Amino acid sequence: MTAANTLAGPVNTGSWQYRQLNSRAPGLSYLSDALSALVAEGHPVMAGTADLQYSNGLARFAARHPDRFVQFGISEQNMVSAAAGIATTGVMPFVATFASFLGLLCCEQIRMDVAYSALPVRLIGHHAGIALGFYGTSHHATEDLAIMRSIAGLTVVNPADGPQLAAAIRASADRPEPIYFRIGRGQEPNVYDDLPDFQFGKAIEHETGSDLTIIACGTMVHPSREAVRALRASGLSVGLIDMHTIKPLDRDTVLAAAERSRVILTVEEHNILGGLGGAVAEVMAEAGTKALLIRHGIRDEYSLIAPPTHLYRHYQLDAAGIEMVVRDILA
Amino acid sequence: MPTTATAGPVPDSTGAGRTLTPDFLLPDTIALLEERARHVRLETIRLIAIAKVGHYSSTFSCAELFATLYYDAMRLRHGEPRWPDRDRFLMGKGHAAVGLYPLLADWGFFPKELLDGYTRLGNPLGDHPDMTKVPGVDFSSGSIGHALSAGLGMVMGGRMMGRRFDVYVMLGDGEMQEGQVWEAAMAAAHQKAGNLIAIIDRNGYQLDGQVDEVMGIEPLAGKWRAFGWEVHEVDGHDVAALATLFRRLKQDKTREKPACVIAKTLKGKGVGYMEREAGWHLGYLTPEDEAAAIAEIMGQSTTPAATREDAAQGEAR
Repeated sequence: MTAANTLAGPVNTGSWQYRQLNSRAPGLSYLSDALSALVAEGHPVMAGTADLQYSNGLARFAARHPDRFVQFGISEQNMVSAAAGIATTGVMPFVATFASFLGLLCCEQIRMDVAYSALPVRLIGHHAGIALGFYGTSHHATEDLAIMRSIAGLTVVNPADGPQLAAAIRASADRPEPIYFRIGRGQEPNVYDDLPDFQFGKAIEHETGSDLTIIACGTMVHPSREAVRALRASGLSVGLIDMHTIKPLDRDTVLAAAERSRVILTVEEHNILGGLGGAVAEVMAEAGTKALLIRHGIRDEYSLIAPPTHLYRHYQLDAAGIEMVVRDILA
Repeated sequence: MPTTATAGPVPDSTGAGRTLTPDFLLPDTIALLEERARHVRLETIRLIAIAKVGHYSSTFSCAELFATLYYDAMRLRHGEPRWPDRDRFLMGKGHAAVGLYPLLADWGFFPKELLDGYTRLGNPLGDHPDMTKVPGVDFSSGSIGHALSAGLGMVMGGRMMGRRFDVYVMLGDGEMQEGQVWEAAMAAAHQKAGNLIAIIDRNGYQLDGQVDEVMGIEPLAGKWRAFGWEVHEVDGHDVAALATLFRRLKQDKTREKPACVIAKTLKGKGVGYMEREAGWHLGYLTPEDEAAAIAEIMGQSTTPAATREDAAQGEAR
C-alpha cells in the first residue's frame, strides 16, 4: 500500500494556511470531521480536491488519511470523471472545489459520468453564491443550483451550516444516488447547535406565520432567522422554513405554507432564476395556490465586486436587508 | 444475413488460471484471434443493418484490438460481468461499441438475442455503450475525452480496496484533441498508475477529415513520453504483435509508469473501399454492398468501390 500514499499531495500542517483553518473558517472543519467519522465507522470513503485543500479544509482529512485522499491538482474535470471511476469500485468519493468551477466547468462530466451513470459520487461545491466577494465573477456561483437541479438523478442539498452539513454527509453514507452539496465559506454562524437529524427532502419548519413565510436555503437560513425574530417581535406573523434539500423539493411543506400564509418569500444566495425560487414557483404554480410568491436573491445580474459582508448588505441578503424586504412587502 | 461465427471465448472459470507467455504464441491462438476479429467485423455489418446507419470503419480499425483484449489479454470470468477483480475496459471512442457488444454477449454477460434488436426501442444496445443498461460495459461513453479520467479513477479505487486489476482505455486519435485527456495523462503518471493502459486507435481520421489536417496531434509518442508514460507503437491489425505486447505489459507487475499503446490502424480495415474513402466514418451499406463486404471479410473476393448511401440519408431512418 505504499503506492497509495502517492494519491495525496503534500499537506503542511505547520503552515499558516493549515493553522488558520479552525479559526478562520470553522464551518469547514465539519466537512473533514464528518468524513473522518465515516472512515471510523468503516465506510469506504475517499476525498479529493483540485488544489483547494486549505480553502475547503480537506487538508485536515488529508493529514489524517493520506491513503484516502487524492490531490488532483488544478484539473477539475479530470477529478469529477475520476470520482465516477472510483465509485465503480465500491468506494464512495467526496470531491470538492469552488461551486463555480464544479457547477459550470464540470457540468457535462457531472451529467454523463456521475448522474447519468447513477454512481454514488458526492460533489461538494463550496464558497457558493457570492461568498468569494472581491475575487470576482469567475469565482461567484449564482447558477449552480439551476444547473444541478436540471440534471436528472442528482440530489441537490444546500445545508445551512456546518452541523447540518455533517448530518447530511452522515445521512448520505447509505444512499446510492449521486449528491451535490452546496456550501458556503465556513465563516457563517451556526443555525443548529449539535448534529441535527437530517432527512433528505424533508424541510425544517422553524416558525409558522399567516402574513408571510420565508423559505430559505443554505447561508440564507441564519440571517432569515434573525429577520424573522425581529419581525415577530414587532407583531407580524412571519414563518420560516429551512429548505435544505432543493431536489427533491419538499412539496408538501411548500403547499402547507402557501395555504397558511398570504405571501411566500424565497431567499437564496443565487440567481432568482432557476434555483430555490424557481423550484418553489413551479410547485406553487402547478398547485394553483392563492398565496403570492416573491423571490429574493441575485436578480439575474453579475454581482458587484466587494468583500462578502458588503455584498450581503448591498443585495439585502443580511438579516437587516431581509427584514426590510419583508416589511416592504407587508406594508 | 452473414452467419455469426460460433467459437466462443475460452472460458476461464477461475479468471486466474491462464499462463500467458509473451514470446510463445500458439498458432491456434493466432487463428482464434484472427477469427474473432472477423467475427467483430461481420457482426458489425449485421447489427448496423438493423440500425440502418452506423460507424463501420471506426469499428473495423479496432477489430483486432477488441479481439486481442477480450480473448487473450483481459482477465474476465464468463457470465460474471461484475466480478470485482476483473480487468476493466473503457472506450473513449464509444462510437465503436457496435464491435464490443458481440464480444460481451460471447462472454455470457447478456443473452445473444439482444444483439438482434440493436438500437431498436427498448433494447439496451445503442450506438454508444451504456453501463447502466448493458452488463459488461465498464463505463458509459459518448462524450469524447472522459474515459481516461474514469479509468484512472478505477485504478485509484482499486488501490484503496486492495485490488489489483488492469484498466484498458481505448481512445480515438482524434480524441487526443480533448484537453481532459492530458489532465488524466498527467495525473496517471503522477499517481504511478502502472496498471493503466491507454490504447490509441491511430486510424488517422476523424469526422471532418484526416486528424493531422483537422488538428495535428504529432509527435504523439513524444507527447505521451513527455507526460511520463511508457510508449509502445504497434501494428494494430497484427494480432500476434498485439497479444505479445499485451502479455508483456500484463506480466510486468512492477511497472510504475502507465503504458500507452499507439496502435497504427487503417480506418475501415477489411473492406477495400472503406479503407480508401474517408467519408465512411458514418454510413449505411445497401444489401448488395453488404454482401460484397462480407465476402471480402471472409476472404472470398475483393470488391470494387460500390455505391453507398451517405450518412445524411441513413440518419433519417
